[in-house]
Amino acid sequence: MSDRLPGFSTLAVHAGAQPDPTTGARATPIYQTTSFVFNDADHAASLFGLQAFGNIYTRIGNPTNAVLEERVAALEGGTAALAVASGHAAQVVILQQLLQPGDEFIAARKLYGGSINQFTHAFKSFGWNVVWADPDDISSFERAVTPRTKAIFIESIANPAGSITDIEAISTVARKAGVPLIVDNTLASPYLIRPIDHGADIVVHSLTKFLGGHGNSLGGIIVDAGTFDWSTGGKYPMLSEPRPEYHGIRLQETFGNFAFAIACRVLGLRDLGPALSPFNAFMILTGIETLPLRMQKHCDNAKAVAEFLAGHPAVASVSYAGLPSDKYNQLARKYAPKGAGAVFTFSLKGGYDAGVSLVSKLQLFSHLANVGDTRSLVIHPASTTHSQLDDAAKVKSGAGPDVVRLSVGIEDKEDLIADLEQALSA
Amino acid sequence: MNHDAYPDNYIRGILNSVKLIAMVGASPVNVRPSYFAFKYLAQRGYDMIPVNPGHVGKELLGKPFVASLSDIGRPIDMIDIFRNSSHIMPVVEEALTLDPLPKVIWMQLGARDDAAAAKAESVGIKVVMNRCPKIEYGRLSSEISWMGVNSRTLSSKRAPVPTQGMRLSLNRMSVGGGETAASDRAAKNKTEQS
Repeated sequence: MSDRLPGFSTLAVHAGAQPDPTTGARATPIYQTTSFVFNDADHAASLFGLQAFGNIYTRIGNPTNAVLEERVAALEGGTAALAVASGHAAQVVILQQLLQPGDEFIAARKLYGGSINQFTHAFKSFGWNVVWADPDDISSFERAVTPRTKAIFIESIANPAGSITDIEAISTVARKAGVPLIVDNTLASPYLIRPIDHGADIVVHSLTKFLGGHGNSLGGIIVDAGTFDWSTGGKYPMLSEPRPEYHGIRLQETFGNFAFAIACRVLGLRDLGPALSPFNAFMILTGIETLPLRMQKHCDNAKAVAEFLAGHPAVASVSYAGLPSDKYNQLARKYAPKGAGAVFTFSLKGGYDAGVSLVSKLQLFSHLANVGDTRSLVIHPASTTHSQLDDAAKVKSGAGPDVVRLSVGIEDKEDLIADLEQALSA
Repeated sequence: MNHDAYPDNYIRGILNSVKLIAMVGASPVNVRPSYFAFKYLAQRGYDMIPVNPGHVGKELLGKPFVASLSDIGRPIDMIDIFRNSSHIMPVVEEALTLDPLPKVIWMQLGARDDAAAAKAESVGIKVVMNRCPKIEYGRLSSEISWMGVNSRTLSSKRAPVPTQGMRLSLNRMSVGGGETAASDRAAKNKTEQS
């Protein structure tokens, strides 16, 4: 009962979960049900009116998902979270709360290729206009701010090259502009970087990657830092103005420092519908229990693999922030002292053809479009994840034609290095 | 007391000890936060009294409205003020004329008056500002976890299934408030700017 701060690994195992009230089950049960009975009509009305704590329908909330939400909120140091069907769904739900048609948001140019596509094309049809900025040039964010800017979006460790973003510098720009900073923390996970400690107002994850960690379940999550004041200037009416669908409730007034997470749930998830399956929530929760152990092994292996590649004659360059010679090494030491993640790129002297040849010869690394699996993964971004971009944009986002991306798994590093060695020399 | 970030044991001690709560500014309109906070606290076993001079003669969930704190005529453990920051001081001044004095003065989410708080604390009254007792009770009991909220508590004990009028245990292991330190810091900065 003392006010003592448990460590990260304790939270990874316990936060949000306790033995089931009715059965005493110790592992979190999979509440595979669409709906939940009401005690009586008054209870039902209270739940629908957001007046009582409880469950209604799995598209709004589910007890298994709630454990996952509280756990990730605790690991990130946020006030609340909302789990959804995928990282992409999380991004739609976040921006729906913040932007009206015709509004703008600023996004770092170095992003997961799927996010670049979603922002450029899908969001354009909603009237949400992305303005690109360069995370290596903070002033480009300042220059991009206009009266219509409603948010800034960055990745903590950026896909595909594993570059480290100066979160604090960009949070200063966001604060000055009076807009929330959204940080995609997928490639770092809260074990390596906790963006809220560096000024993020909203954290988003693809749970599919390191948090779930086993490449078996899709999911996304939104974490509310509880730091942003949504009431100023009427800029965020979804949070500050009376909501007609809830009898005129003002979400910020009613829910205080977790109002954004509630908005995402009761206005975003409820109306857009990308609910996470409770089964997936269970799989991801199980993965999170070993996050600290896995993440350290991922990082240690990645560093060993990067060092091996940097010394190999067929390799032109390695982009891994954990290497002392890397241009992002200073930022890595500041933001991710335990390790610079496990996703990075390298380029081959033999160019595009050598990349294709390497991928085909690898025996342990799997050629697929995912990261953050226990297994080591390899992909050629130019022909896959970033193929929709033109050549100039590919190079700008770190996915030029000669570039190969690795997601280093938790196998024995000697075996990974041996696999790369045979594929590079063959 | 540091009013930017309360230790869980401070809040827990208050919610575990008070019984009679007078809610100043309670609304009979069933979509107002004061209505459903009143209802929740009554469901959790607190003896709730609605105070609102505009509704005398009416009832809130079976409890008759009174016009002022002095009309209650029984010792008040806690006064929960559902008014804007600018209307706090008169309520606190009235509270200080009561005999016996209330043990706790609680100002709702969004409400903060440091001068009024200092006045109450100078005579030994505990003060909480810019918090909701429903949210804090739900958080410390983990009942709020259904909404994906970080309760900042842990427990390996089996929780009860809440029923009408049931008091829930608030004695879970605390994460101590440190895990939402960023939110507390932001609230502090806002207070300092205003």
